[in-house]
Amino acid sequence: MSEIPADLRYRDSHEWVRVEDDIAVVGISDHAQDAMGDLVFVELPEEGVVFAAGDEAGVVESVKAASDIYAPVSGEVVAVNEALEDEPELVNNEPYAGGWLFKIKMADSGELKEMLTADQYQEQIDSE
Amino acid sequence: MPYIPHTPDDVQAMLQAIGADSIEDLFDEIPAHLKAGHGLDALPEGRGEMAVTRLMAERAEQDRFALSFLGGGAYAHHIPAAVWEIATRGEFYTAYTPYQAEASQGTLQVIYEYQTLIARLTGMDVSNASVYDGASGLAEAVLMSLRANRKSKSRKVLVPDALNPRYRSACEAIVSNQDVELVSVPFCTDAGQTLVDSLSPFEGEDYAALVISQPNYFGSLEDVDALTDWAHANGMLVIAVTNPTSLAILTPPGEWGEQGADVVVGEGQPLGVPLSSGGPYFGFMACKKKHVRQMPGRIIGRTVDMEGKQGFTLTLQAREQHIRRSKATSNICTNQGLAMTAATIYVSLLGPDGLASVAGHCHANTQKLADKLCAIDGVERAFSAPVFHEVALTLPQDADTVLARLAEKDILGGLSLAKDYSMKNAILVNSTEVHTEGDLDLFAQALKEVLA
Amino acid sequence: MSNETTLIFQHSRPGRSATAQAPKPVSEDQLSAIPASLRRKNKPGLPEVGELEVVRHYTNLSTKNFAIDKQFYPLGSCTMKYNPRGANRAAMLPGFLNRHPLAPASHSQGYLACLYELQNFLKEVTGMKGVSLAPMAGAQGEFAGVAMIRAYHEARGDDARTEILIPEAAHGTNPATAVMCGYKVREVPVGKDGDVDLEALKEACGPQTAGLMMTNPSTCGVFERQIEAISKAVHDAGGLLYYDGANLNAILGKVRPGDMGFDVIHMNLHKTFATPHGGGGPGAGPVGVSQRLLDYLPTPMAGLDEEAGDYHWIDTDTLPTSIGHLSAFMGNAGVLLRAYFYAMVLGREGMIRVGEYSTLAANYLLKRLEAIGCQAAYPERRASHEFILTFAKQAKDNHVTALDIAKRLLDYNQHAPTIYFPLLVPECFLIEPTETETKEAMDDFIDAMAKILEEANTNPETVTEAPFTQPVRRLDEVKAAKELDLVWSE
Repeated sequence: MSEIPADLRYRDSHEWVRVEDDIAVVGISDHAQDAMGDLVFVELPEEGVVFAAGDEAGVVESVKAASDIYAPVSGEVVAVNEALEDEPELVNNEPYAGGWLFKIKMADSGELKEMLTADQYQEQIDSE
Repeated sequence: MPYIPHTPDDVQAMLQAIGADSIEDLFDEIPAHLKAGHGLDALPEGRGEMAVTRLMAERAEQDRFALSFLGGGAYAHHIPAAVWEIATRGEFYTAYTPYQAEASQGTLQVIYEYQTLIARLTGMDVSNASVYDGASGLAEAVLMSLRANRKSKSRKVLVPDALNPRYRSACEAIVSNQDVELVSVPFCTDAGQTLVDSLSPFEGEDYAALVISQPNYFGSLEDVDALTDWAHANGMLVIAVTNPTSLAILTPPGEWGEQGADVVVGEGQPLGVPLSSGGPYFGFMACKKKHVRQMPGRIIGRTVDMEGKQGFTLTLQAREQHIRRSKATSNICTNQGLAMTAATIYVSLLGPDGLASVAGHCHANTQKLADKLCAIDGVERAFSAPVFHEVALTLPQDADTVLARLAEKDILGGLSLAKDYSMKNAILVNSTEVHTEGDLDLFAQALKEVLA
Repeated sequence: MSNETTLIFQHSRPGRSATAQAPKPVSEDQLSAIPASLRRKNKPGLPEVGELEVVRHYTNLSTKNFAIDKQFYPLGSCTMKYNPRGANRAAMLPGFLNRHPLAPASHSQGYLACLYELQNFLKEVTGMKGVSLAPMAGAQGEFAGVAMIRAYHEARGDDARTEILIPEAAHGTNPATAVMCGYKVREVPVGKDGDVDLEALKEACGPQTAGLMMTNPSTCGVFERQIEAISKAVHDAGGLLYYDGANLNAILGKVRPGDMGFDVIHMNLHKTFATPHGGGGPGAGPVGVSQRLLDYLPTPMAGLDEEAGDYHWIDTDTLPTSIGHLSAFMGNAGVLLRAYFYAMVLGREGMIRVGEYSTLAANYLLKRLEAIGCQAAYPERRASHEFILTFAKQAKDNHVTALDIAKRLLDYNQHAPTIYFPLLVPECFLIEPTETETKEAMDDFIDAMAKILEEANTNPETVTEAPFTQPVRRLDEVKAAKELDLVWSE
């Protein structure tokens, strides 16, 4: 069973968001990292880029697969996790902590309500 | 049944195992009317290996000719006998793409060695396992430069008019569907070179890359350092198009200017691949390490197995079409494995000194040929720039007519520059190490007679 | 098998060389016309070895490969049939090998005659109106095909067509090609029986549809039975139908893509016409078209002046609407000559037998493998020239995956089938025996599979840790991708 912290919001494409004031910290779920297998590369957006919710924001790669990362909410990228450049395995080892991908300064925190709760996300995984 | 081994008993046994009465029954899911109506009537009867070999031998004999000075992107070189004897061993010739790494270590190690050879010849960090040919390789490099140049938003690339026109047209055919524009840079009609001065109109504009051909189509050597530095100063990447033989004696693109070229492509044919009517050749492609994820095509990496033993495997596959589908760097699936294998054996046989010696003879013979031809009244060099192993000459008469008359004497005396450059009296001639002094004299004598 | 693990660079000794092969060095004087600033400062780090070392090194490396000449090689979708040696000898005749690609037509009549006849051969066998041999591989044939579809719509001023439809089971090359041609991709679902979901396809068709790319038989290893309805739906919407010839071997001589309503096709000569795979290439991907795309075929093509009996090149000066050249010269010419040899040896009856006997072999292998306990993905369907097995049960019950079984097959001296393709069948094998393998060769494969299924139950480690007999054990691909080592450094 994969871990799905109750205090986060999720997208059906397996990104999670943790809200810190007006900043959304973005990562991929434990379930997603497990399905991908050992990550070998993470392509992150550049700081300063402005996304609309649902825009392609990056890519995670394993040996046999590559998966797009979508911006869960609209806003400007204010930080990216540079540690992943050398240690993409952080996403596998601590998907909700050291394996975060990037931070977005939210343009509209109302978008969070559109995202899945932990229970809803669990339901989605179960139905896959 | 040619190449089908089954006896009537085999066929019966197989049908029985399937539970079918006849082979025709196996096609019962295909709508009947689709199957009807043709018996491939226009096709000839099959013939055995003896008859077809004889037919093809007669055809091949028809195409023999005495003496060729054609270049234009494909060059005659001596190919050691060992090269193709080994490359066509069944274990190389009839293996598939090395997806099952444990059962493909031969092919995989050859590719790794090839990547190393290409990186060292070009002075670049990394190489892929080859693409189709030099011209399509340039198209891939152009598309790659759009992805790799993060500072540029442009879909335009600067391409010199002095680039091989066949590269230009193939590149155009491939990239134009993605709304990529190739913008022409004129050449100096005195020198036959692309001058930095001619780039000034493009200064301050956004282009993803500048293509630099060394040597260029006329055989002329470009001032690659100045061109490279100009491109980098203007936020462009540099795509080098080079001849691999020349790299044994010329500055490798990785050392051009202050920072070196970013992507290098070229036609690999001169490295042990026969002229063979244009293919199969291979395009080599190398780049700086920071761009490797934008490079298309197969790439092999060295790693270890579960017991810690050295082994080779496909890597960075997430760039490729079989995983990345519509977001792949290219749709390319193959590399030119066999030709690339031959090139690896060829370069190993020649070594750095042998290849430099081949390059030296190409240059020296071309100089000598130009001198002999220019001794004929009315024949002179079209341009003043130094050349590698190809040179443009102007004739006192129409080039196409002169070349046709030389061909009647079984001498292919070069390529006309009439169609591509409106230089109707100009030809492009090449000589390599395969020509003897006698060959050069024969050509000079024949040209003299034709022009007389 | 050789234990050679040394790289050619490690054999290098300064001053050693294959002296019979290079001309004597030229003097510095003879290079004086080249400005010093353009000269290489240090000689490149190429190996310095003698001729015997080179021959021995690469001969030893070759022995580490599986190959059709050594093993049964049932790779689905790859058509690993016998590559006739005679084809290689014919293509390497000196007259062909030494012909410069830009030699005038007067000095190319023999070569042009072969190409012209091959074009006609391929036209007849596919039921198309015109053929160009120019594309250098299947993927480039696909590119040419979709580029022609685009040129066709553009010439009619029909510029609202922005989408290519592709069944979800398709090979990744199809969507990658569509994008290279500037199109968006819309995937169409495939039903449980392996056929396209026709209703979904009809819904997806519209004024934005440029065309549909598909294989038939499909990548599911079955014949798409609704092909005529599919053709009608796409054509009614104004789109064109593209045939990916990956599976042409299955129907060669039986059904022609032209008769099924396809407007453009590519063929993989390295599959269907027995030219070698060469460890990953070169291929050749000729394209065939219906009447309405004739003007867009890629150049050059071989033409015949029937009165004079002379062959000539058809190029963009006489066919200005062509999508143009896709390579500097004439595609993979030497591959075309090998395919010509094969076509001439087989002739009419031989072509018809290809589809028949490749289908016979696949259905035999399928039934026998089912009998030993393998699960077919589409048990109700006829196999085409290939079929899919799924090992989802073994993966669940024994934690033995399709990958494990594939690796274990190597220990039994059998090349593994294609694995994990198509993506929509879990833990799958795509198996294609071809018409050139004996029944005994297939029986050996069946025996090996029976033993492996047994091992999966009784001693799964022998499967999950396989192979044991190859030059290397399973490789660390994560390390290969993370710590990139693509070029040797001392």
